[in-house]
Amino acid sequence: MTAIDASAPPERLEWQLAQVRDIVAETYRVKSFMLEPVNWTGHLPGQHVDIRLTAEDGYQAQRSYSIASPSEDKLLTVTVERVTDGEVSPYLLDELRIGDRLELRGPIARHFVWTSGSSGSLCLVAGGTGITPLMAMLRHRDRSSCHTPTVLIYSARSRADIVYREELEGMARHDTNLAVIYALTREQAKDWAGHRGRIDRPLLAANCFPPAQNPAIYVCGPTDFVESVAGVLVELGYDPLSIKTERFGPSGGLSHGK
Amino acid sequence: MDEAHISRGFRSKRQTQAAKDRLPPGQYVTTDFPILSAGPTPQIDVSRWKLALQLGGSLLGTWTWEAFETLPQTTIRTDIHCVTKWSKLDTTWQGVTFDDLLKVVGLSEPPEPYVMAHCDGGYTTNVPLADLIGGKAMVATRYEGLPIAPAHGGPARLLVPHLYFWKSAKWLRRIRFMPTDERGFWESLGYHIHGDPWKEQRYDGD
Repeated sequence: MTAIDASAPPERLEWQLAQVRDIVAETYRVKSFMLEPVNWTGHLPGQHVDIRLTAEDGYQAQRSYSIASPSEDKLLTVTVERVTDGEVSPYLLDELRIGDRLELRGPIARHFVWTSGSSGSLCLVAGGTGITPLMAMLRHRDRSSCHTPTVLIYSARSRADIVYREELEGMARHDTNLAVIYALTREQAKDWAGHRGRIDRPLLAANCFPPAQNPAIYVCGPTDFVESVAGVLVELGYDPLSIKTERFGPSGGLSHGK
Repeated sequence: MDEAHISRGFRSKRQTQAAKDRLPPGQYVTTDFPILSAGPTPQIDVSRWKLALQLGGSLLGTWTWEAFETLPQTTIRTDIHCVTKWSKLDTTWQGVTFDDLLKVVGLSEPPEPYVMAHCDGGYTTNVPLADLIGGKAMVATRYEGLPIAPAHGGPARLLVPHLYFWKSAKWLRRIRFMPTDERGFWESLGYHIHGDPWKEQRYDGD
């Protein structure tokens, strides 16, 4: 908690236009958009932006997207997965073209953030497109030649669903302090040597730095994924305060009532 | 920017027009109940749960779960609005209104103009008393007639439905009166100090 400084009213995060400079198909249901905002003052890895769409009749829709690019990059990258029956993601994936302009504002939130100045080891756990804010952290770590011992444990449906796979493997190849562990939940090739099935207690116990090292832990993914992983990490003895989480999507079986 | 930029080819896919008077700007209706928390969900045993009401160095009241259950109960049906843009209409909550809490500890009016809500897991949020009294807020212990699930803030959460839902602090343990406003957890990390969805007070400076 901080006392409120009445002398310095906070500045509003204004809506601004960003031009789409590039679009990359990451998987069959995920695309990255490289945006050039008019006036971007930088961000911390893990922060997000709000994107606002306006229809000709004035109807507006806003959504938050994690920033996948590090603050070192000139362009701002957001990586978007198609939400079935969604309103904003199908527009971004199907309609948006290079050269189009989008309204956005940010950067937003300063909790789920990591910078290379932080001490201690780093444990990142991603479910699906929950990789996005963690990728900003990994890219920032890579660009700043930071040697923080880091492990990424990344769950995807199949090998084809792994977003940023080549870049992640490239990073891990030239960096002995970075380990990338995949868990494939639905489809595995016969010769798949990695983990089969969901991220579970043995996989976390075997690959996270031990609780005695008190690693900084970031877990991002669908709600039930984060509930499960964070719960196991607490059971394994990690300090709940060292575990930062970001959840998205429906609440699955956790919501009772309607 | 004064005027919104038209997004070429974007059309509404939702029937939100009907609910316009119930839907604050920038929100959409969901029938799901999304979960957003900054850390792991604490599993709280009600036999060890206690709630305290604190003024300065003294506790005006403390309640075990059993004692809290004997306080006057109120049920409210209300819409809730999360800063991450979803709104959920017609949710039903049961608990003890803030007015009744004050009455129970013998206060005819609030002793200070602000409170900080303190929660398991270290979460905090600040709320002006004006937003808590007059039937506007409660300490909720039931959702749709059932105990509140841990992921949704059970066993007890603050419910201040006319503000963005981060103000309705999960896993509530202590309510501390404050003479001046201070920022809680999200309010220190870029979110608005007050959080009125109808004024779209999402982030600092809105």
